[in-house]
Amino acid sequence: MSNYPLLSLAIWIPIVVGFLVLATGNDRNAPMARTLALLGAITGFLITIPLWTGFDPANGGMQFVELSGWIPRFNINYHLGVDGISMLFVILNAFITIIVVAAGWEVIENKVAQYNAAFLIMSGLMNGIFTSLDGILFYVFFEASLIPLYLIIGVWGGPNRVYAAFKFFLYTLFGSLLFLVAQMYLFFQSNGSFSILEWHKLPIDLGAQIWIFLAFLIAFAVKVPMWPVHTWLPDAHVEAPTGGSIVLAAIGLKLGAYGFLRFSLPIVPDAAHELSSLVVALSLIAVVYIGFVALVQADMKKLVAYSSIAHMGFVTLGFFMFSALGIEGALVQMISHGFVSGAMFFCIGVMYDRVHSRQIADYGGVVNTMPKFAALFMLFSMANAGLPATSGFVGEFMVILAAVKFNFWVAFAAATSLIVGAAYTLWMYKRVIFGDVANKHVAELSDINGREFAILGVLAICTLWMGLYPEPFTQVMHASVNDLLRHVAISKIQ
Amino acid sequence: MFDNFVVPDLLPAAPELFLAGMALAILMIDLTVKDSRRTLTFVLAQLALIGCAIIQVYTSSQEVTYTFSHMFVDDVMADLLKIFVYMTMIVVLFYSRGYVLDRAAMNKGEYYVLALFATLGMMVMISANNFVTIYIGLELLSLSLYAMVAMNRDSLASTEAAMKYFVLGALASGMLLYGMSMIYGATGTLEITQIAERLYGGDVNKTVLVFGLVFLVSGLAFKLGVVPFHMWIPDVYHGAPTAVTLLIGSAPKLAAFAIVMRLLVGGLITMAQDWQAMLIILSVLSMAIGNLAAIAQTNLKRMLAYSAISHMGFMLLGITTGVVSGDARYALNAYSSAMFYVIAYVLMTAGAFGMILLMARAGFEADNLDDFKGLNKRSPWFAGVMLMIMFSMAGVPFFIGFFAKFSVLQAVVASGQIWLAIVAVIFSLIGAFYYLRVVKLMYFDAPTDESPLTAPLDMRLLISANGVAIAVLGIFPQFIMSLCAYALLRSL
Repeated sequence: MSNYPLLSLAIWIPIVVGFLVLATGNDRNAPMARTLALLGAITGFLITIPLWTGFDPANGGMQFVELSGWIPRFNINYHLGVDGISMLFVILNAFITIIVVAAGWEVIENKVAQYNAAFLIMSGLMNGIFTSLDGILFYVFFEASLIPLYLIIGVWGGPNRVYAAFKFFLYTLFGSLLFLVAQMYLFFQSNGSFSILEWHKLPIDLGAQIWIFLAFLIAFAVKVPMWPVHTWLPDAHVEAPTGGSIVLAAIGLKLGAYGFLRFSLPIVPDAAHELSSLVVALSLIAVVYIGFVALVQADMKKLVAYSSIAHMGFVTLGFFMFSALGIEGALVQMISHGFVSGAMFFCIGVMYDRVHSRQIADYGGVVNTMPKFAALFMLFSMANAGLPATSGFVGEFMVILAAVKFNFWVAFAAATSLIVGAAYTLWMYKRVIFGDVANKHVAELSDINGREFAILGVLAICTLWMGLYPEPFTQVMHASVNDLLRHVAISKIQ
Repeated sequence: MFDNFVVPDLLPAAPELFLAGMALAILMIDLTVKDSRRTLTFVLAQLALIGCAIIQVYTSSQEVTYTFSHMFVDDVMADLLKIFVYMTMIVVLFYSRGYVLDRAAMNKGEYYVLALFATLGMMVMISANNFVTIYIGLELLSLSLYAMVAMNRDSLASTEAAMKYFVLGALASGMLLYGMSMIYGATGTLEITQIAERLYGGDVNKTVLVFGLVFLVSGLAFKLGVVPFHMWIPDVYHGAPTAVTLLIGSAPKLAAFAIVMRLLVGGLITMAQDWQAMLIILSVLSMAIGNLAAIAQTNLKRMLAYSAISHMGFMLLGITTGVVSGDARYALNAYSSAMFYVIAYVLMTAGAFGMILLMARAGFEADNLDDFKGLNKRSPWFAGVMLMIMFSMAGVPFFIGFFAKFSVLQAVVASGQIWLAIVAVIFSLIGAFYYLRVVKLMYFDAPTDESPLTAPLDMRLLISANGVAIAVLGIFPQFIMSLCAYALLRSL
């Protein structure tokens, strides 16, 4: 099985198919572009299945490794591999790509080929981010993936799309440029290596560690996003087309969090310990304060966007308590959030396609006209609020448990989010779905069609599966997370 | 009578001699050609450039050879830069052909002949090992360019630009000469390699030398177009006919890089402390003013002019990091990264001006930013090419512009000046804004002009190749990077 370069295929198949889709040209060939894109997305997903089935959960190191020279002048290598931390994200990404292509099927009628191509290329680039073991290779994928999303927001987005696209691009670029400088510093400290795994072993004194940590923090905090550099996200989400929001929430936000585990914790562990209280504080602000911000939103997409920031606050909180439970809980939360936020944005997209409004006030009594939709939307709202038996509960519960051991008051603050989260999600649900039919637009709504039902159904199965039986997900993480923690516990100061 | 006369070794200068002969021959042949049959001149000019490239490849050697009493040097760096000059000039002539044909005042044989003389000037600059040679090459280039800027003589803007270019260019030449004369005064020689030797020996008047250095650096800064000697760049780029702007903005940067290397690194490396400090100031100012002023532009040529200023500032960073507190360990890394930057920049800038020429028609210059509105609707492919050029200039991977910035930045970090690297990345962030705006106009806005593009096939193919090269060399930058490193290893 591992004779095939599975990771390379997972990266390059979507990209190559993306360019083929692009070649179908103008909208006369739209059906062909859609079909080709769907086939490409499905192939890309099938390719990643053997990563899970062939994965050795007892091995905490890198698996499916591919290594060849890329730019020998600077000792940059094409070095790929996955461990228990990154493997699931590759699969999640490939899976979400199918959802996204399906989500835009009837909705996008303008520049169909470019739309689908952008998503496929972005999917390949994001797989590249999760699998890179070379700093520059990581960086190249990290930056290049901005281009497709910039175009997606700007071309197919809402009325204020230009502002949102620029803000998204420049914020992320700002973070990542300092990250690049930090990488170059590490390159010279390690006598000319860009290998992330080499950097894990590199001794660095505390002063330098702090600076590197801060450079990493800016890059990843913008991407996560953490308070106070989160303001681009609500704009990007509100203006992006449904597919763009799904990818951004399900995968885009995970890139930053993943960066903490791959770079910040293992490369500069002492600085991570030293500054953990800073990150914990920022995370708690995200969890609590952003939760209240979500409560007052009138726009559904904005509400879910703020709730994403709050959920990602749990993730960063889980990372910086340095316990296996916390990190695994955070990882579970990340995957769960991929399904749930993807589904939430899709649900909002379903209503938007029919009514062309995202304002909560424009709805009411949707359950009367869209009962099937209301039932599924209910499930995802519950998952978003962290109800037991849904995937949303597992991760948050693990992180809160870890927080109790870490510090009671941190746990207390984090736990309040369960209440606030339930409040904003369910209150929105109540106002949109229940009550009398609010206006003639709602009265004219038609229930979801087969395509929409299939998408939501699959996501519902995933949400419930993870909620009821998370073992397959956590089982592959154990070894890698324990390795990471052992590594982080050892000081690198010499 | 001719006892002391030795016939110089002509082989190292064979491409220059060939091109000089060809340019004169083409000037004569062109007298017999009617305006309608100017294609002949075009073809001959292209053949001359191709011939130069062939001769260059066949006469190149790994050694450093001097000829004409050490006034002229041929080394691997010169070979490589000249080959890039030929390639750029071939592309430039192809891109400008349609534009020139559409404009009667420019459709003259002189256009091609002057372009060839400008090329010759660049070649002489690249191979100069003597102040006089540098000056001759520089003037040959500049005088050809002054005339070319003014070629569209009915255009007020062009004439004004030519005037400004001439006056400021003459001022810059004056400063360069003044600096050279002072250095001559201090060292007693005009020959660059001998200057280096005398400076090693010590015993020179340091005051005069530093004075001369200031003037020399100012003159070079004028020619490179870096702040505060940049004022001519926006006006000349904007006012010159686009075909000429393309020429000014592309190949001469290679020659300017070469004379910076020859003068500062080859001749005055012992003064590195002094000129590096000057270049850092020039470089930071250029990145700041270039990037900030570019944001305010509504004309694409002017925007690219300010972008050129900022790019040259970024390139200078590579040159400022060669010697760290007397230690030249990183010199090769630093200078080769600057060289890679220049080559990448020339490739991108040729593409960018090429796109303007592609969109231009008779009576329509297509040089306003708004002329690119909705290009994605009119021609998705060429919008894609422009997208690649713009993202590459902004330094986003997978394009060559990223690795150009990368290699310069790593040289800066290697020299320990991390603050400088941070300043550089912050200004590139600001720069990203105006490149993104071009992409925004092409992709997010609706076209105001729905007419399809009418450029000829050869132009379309070549500019497509230019765009694809930016992407492919961005994915596989190793080849050119190691060529630059090898060239400098052999030449320094």
